[in-house]
Amino acid sequence: MSGLIKSSIARKVVMALSGLFLVFFLGQHFVINITSVIAPDTFNSWSHFMGYNPLVQYVLQPILIAGVVVHFVMGIALELKNTRARAVKYVKYSGGSNAPWISRNMIITGLVVLAFLGLHLYDFWVHEMVYKYIEGHPEDATRYHAETVEKFVPVWRTVLYVIAFVLLALHLLHGFASSFQTMGINNKYSSGIKTFTKIYAVAIPLGFVLIAIYHHLNPITH
Amino acid sequence: MKLNLKIWRQKDAKSKGQMVDYPIKGVEGDMSFLEMLDVLNEELINKGEEPVEFDHDCREGICGTCSLQINGEPHGPDRLVTTCQLHMRKFKDGDTIVIEPFRASAFPVIKDLIVDRSAFDRIQQAGGYISVNTSGNTVDANAIPIDKHAADEAMDAATCIGCGACVAACKNASAMLFTSAKVSQFALLPQGQVEAVDRVQNMVRQMDLEGFGNCTNTGACEVECPKGISLENIARMNREYLSASLKG
Amino acid sequence: MGILDSKIPAGPLEDKWTKHKNTIDLVNPANKRNIDIIVVGTGLAGGSAAATLAELGYNVKTFCYQDSPRRAHSIAAQGGINAAKNYQGDGDSNYRLFYDTVKGGDYRAREANVYRLAEVSGNIIDQCVAQGVPFAREYGGLLDNRSFGGVLVSRTFYAKGQTGQQLLLGAYAAMNRQINRGKIQAYNRHEMMDLVKVDGKARGIIARDLVTGEIERHSAHAVVLATGGYGNVFFLSTNAMGSNVMAAWRAHRRGAHFANPCYTQIHPTCIPVSGDHQSKLTLMSESLRNDGRIWVPKRLEDAEAIRNGNLKPTQLKEEDRDYYLERRYPAFGNLVPRDVASRAAKERCDAGFGVNKTGEAVYLDFAAAIVRYGKEKALISGMKDADSQTIRNLGEEVIEAKYGNLFQMYEKIVDENPYKTPMMIYPAVHYTMGGLWVDYNLQTTIEGCYAAGEANFSDHGANRLGASALMQGLADGYFVLPYTIGDYLSQDIRTGTISTDSAEFDAVEKEVRERIEKLMSANGTHSVDYYHKKLGKIMWNKCGMSRNAKELQEAIDEISELRADFWANVKIPGKPDGMNQELEKAGRVADFLELGELFAKDALTRNESCGGHFREEYQTPDGEALRDDENFKFVSAWEYKGEPKDAVLHKEDLVYENIELKTRSYK
Repeated sequence: MSGLIKSSIARKVVMALSGLFLVFFLGQHFVINITSVIAPDTFNSWSHFMGYNPLVQYVLQPILIAGVVVHFVMGIALELKNTRARAVKYVKYSGGSNAPWISRNMIITGLVVLAFLGLHLYDFWVHEMVYKYIEGHPEDATRYHAETVEKFVPVWRTVLYVIAFVLLALHLLHGFASSFQTMGINNKYSSGIKTFTKIYAVAIPLGFVLIAIYHHLNPITH
Repeated sequence: MKLNLKIWRQKDAKSKGQMVDYPIKGVEGDMSFLEMLDVLNEELINKGEEPVEFDHDCREGICGTCSLQINGEPHGPDRLVTTCQLHMRKFKDGDTIVIEPFRASAFPVIKDLIVDRSAFDRIQQAGGYISVNTSGNTVDANAIPIDKHAADEAMDAATCIGCGACVAACKNASAMLFTSAKVSQFALLPQGQVEAVDRVQNMVRQMDLEGFGNCTNTGACEVECPKGISLENIARMNREYLSASLKG
Repeated sequence: MGILDSKIPAGPLEDKWTKHKNTIDLVNPANKRNIDIIVVGTGLAGGSAAATLAELGYNVKTFCYQDSPRRAHSIAAQGGINAAKNYQGDGDSNYRLFYDTVKGGDYRAREANVYRLAEVSGNIIDQCVAQGVPFAREYGGLLDNRSFGGVLVSRTFYAKGQTGQQLLLGAYAAMNRQINRGKIQAYNRHEMMDLVKVDGKARGIIARDLVTGEIERHSAHAVVLATGGYGNVFFLSTNAMGSNVMAAWRAHRRGAHFANPCYTQIHPTCIPVSGDHQSKLTLMSESLRNDGRIWVPKRLEDAEAIRNGNLKPTQLKEEDRDYYLERRYPAFGNLVPRDVASRAAKERCDAGFGVNKTGEAVYLDFAAAIVRYGKEKALISGMKDADSQTIRNLGEEVIEAKYGNLFQMYEKIVDENPYKTPMMIYPAVHYTMGGLWVDYNLQTTIEGCYAAGEANFSDHGANRLGASALMQGLADGYFVLPYTIGDYLSQDIRTGTISTDSAEFDAVEKEVRERIEKLMSANGTHSVDYYHKKLGKIMWNKCGMSRNAKELQEAIDEISELRADFWANVKIPGKPDGMNQELEKAGRVADFLELGELFAKDALTRNESCGGHFREEYQTPDGEALRDDENFKFVSAWEYKGEPKDAVLHKEDLVYENIELKTRSYK
């Protein structure tokens, strides 16, 4: 079993599975967020549910955090081994002639997304923790929509969100389909998986971008 | 045509190497890349300098001895050829050509453009075989019919020449395409089934021990492979490995 | 003459091998662990022998100059491997394979050896399939066969156009299994520099580590040489750049007789030479002659127009083409044996009908096959009246499936599309039937020194049939040598490890060092390649596809002079104590310069034409080879006596009890 944990293939599978889990989470996150544009009340009630349901808070949330951490730690570990695997670099390396940029730069897109995640957690998750557990405010099922829209008032934050989602799209464009290859799935369904990847990797981040821009352009006037 | 060659020179494994410029004239389009280097070496010898050492043998694209990273790509810019079959008509008069050894920590440089690829041998030794003794009384060759499709796919995987271009091209210096080609060949044939579980585990373990990087599915190996070995083999090896791990 | 005992077992041909195996001495498994064997060369013969010997329990050390055993030049064999399986039900049998091989070899091979080869051929296929060699299969899942030159049955098994590669990887895998078990120690990037004899028996070798330049001693109870052929004596050949005669020649100098050096196979279908820079020639598999038709223009003016680029081959009308093989040999047509096809091409080109710039090329045309296959495919696909373009497209698909990798290789090298315009081909040196003389047990005239595969002379006579080299290499390595060597080693069970710390090892190592020193100190004016190319020109022009007494004598003199010049004026940069490819080449060329002379001497002595050896003085009125069975039905085995010109000829008479000697006819 220890051999399995050290093996490159097993580590890659962990990377793929955690990635797929995050892809699934992203879709779910998007479904909730889109309601902030089309049905603010639904958004409030779903957000409230997510924020106070014990199953979500004490089971799913730790799993999600673990997923992110595993994906990140494993990604860095693999990257380090990959760097060591070519100690002396080429004077001239034409990586672009045999593989797309996105597949060769997952670490860059990944780290940018990670950095964004820091901001995002600070904005929303830390805020929630402080609100609920430190400051100990009572439950208020109607506050979420206003708080969210409020965040997008500054231009800088909206721009950062947009950039991060573009890079997330690039990350997904390679990572989503790639995870199937890693798990050994390369068959007649692969072209379908690739097409779905393209649609999903563009549509979901684009949706998030549009939501951010929408809120930026439509601030709540008191 | 005239060319400007920039070639990696390194005295031996321990020495530090550097790029050296060699202008060359009178190169013809019908020459193979290695014949162009022959011309350069003849000039160097006549001048009393040490020739550029590079690996080569069959010069017909099958032994897998020749290597060379040419302008940043293993076996140069042409597709589905080895360096010995790359012809100078693919270059233009006045071109600068950068020639380096295949780079990977698992492929240390021996001299100039020659690298040590014995890591590949050790991966094969770890399990790239079917344990059958030579007895003269194995079953008749036609006793087990094999689906033509499977036999053809096994053959496609088996055409790997072990040149190391996959490692050289991969940004992670991963040897997954090489290893998976052998695993696939046997996984596709009934004769290979008996030892399948141990084979894939042992070969992957050795591959990791040799210090190759991980596969990140960039697909560069498949593009640069002179024999067109498919990424499907990597997926198959992943599958074989996972099922072997679950079995024990 | 007494020493040339071929040790052919008595009894009927069919029983010789079985009886022999039943009567020779064996080494018991416990004792095998105390016996060491050196195998030099890791191609089909060496690789398979090493693996099998290790399986049996011997301690094996393998040596190859390549960086891995997998790269031996057996890997380049394209077309296939023969075996008398009769899976096609077309009347094949061991006898027919035996007969075809002896006849194809122009009655200059040993009956008993060839019959044994045919006998074990089927086992080879069984063994390889068990090892996971992916031979081509039919839709029913059974093995497919194709035809090769010089035979009337379909008995060639193949793996696309890479049969040699797949068989070698099979043997390499078998070796790897033994390396993993610790039964084989593989010394790669090592070259055998000389053979060490102790008390007249081969007991080890001196090898050079090609990476460090270190000179090493290795001892064993027996030494197996499986080092391939010497086609590179011609400089340009289809051999690998590193293929050389050093090991065999060093053994020859130590007392192993060299047999039939002049028997060389010139393969008819190679890509023609394109210029002076040419470093090697590329073969286009003989299997192409299944579907390609060979022709040159009928009229000299058309040939000239084609050479000047004023006429394209596709523009030439059917009646203006000379399909000379079909014309001269209606029974076998384009599938005549290699020697016949090569000479016919040379004859046409010498007469001025050559079709490339140098005038040394003929066409191999697939247009007819493309149309034939296209029509068949159209009918199968239910297209009753397909237009000619559709038929062409369908036909090209069929041809691509059969020969795609060869066509691709041709296009990369020549920069012409062989689907649209006929291929240009010309004969090139490909294989050497001659080699170290061995008895029925594959032992050379040095006790304990064995030779297997192309390195020995035994099975192909004066001409080898297509797809038989792979068969012989694997037969020797898997099924013959591992048994016969036991007979010799059974005397050695009490010998114990052979010490390398002996006067004999001292002496040979000293000679090796002196030779390297001499090569390095010449510090002359010409590179090794300069001499190699000069030697190649002499060989090709005077000892090539056709030979005559006058030119052979000239060749002997010129090679002798060239050799003297080489030792005085060769220039090898760098140092011997480290990797030095020029030094490696120099050692090999030095031996070619001796072998080349013996080659010419052998050709001059053989006053007849047979197989690949064609003497212009001995031909029929219509230009066919004229054999002289009365005076030359023997194997020429040369004993080393210093200079090649002083070599002494020993004759092994060839006895034909099961085959009637006939004039070989493919008409």
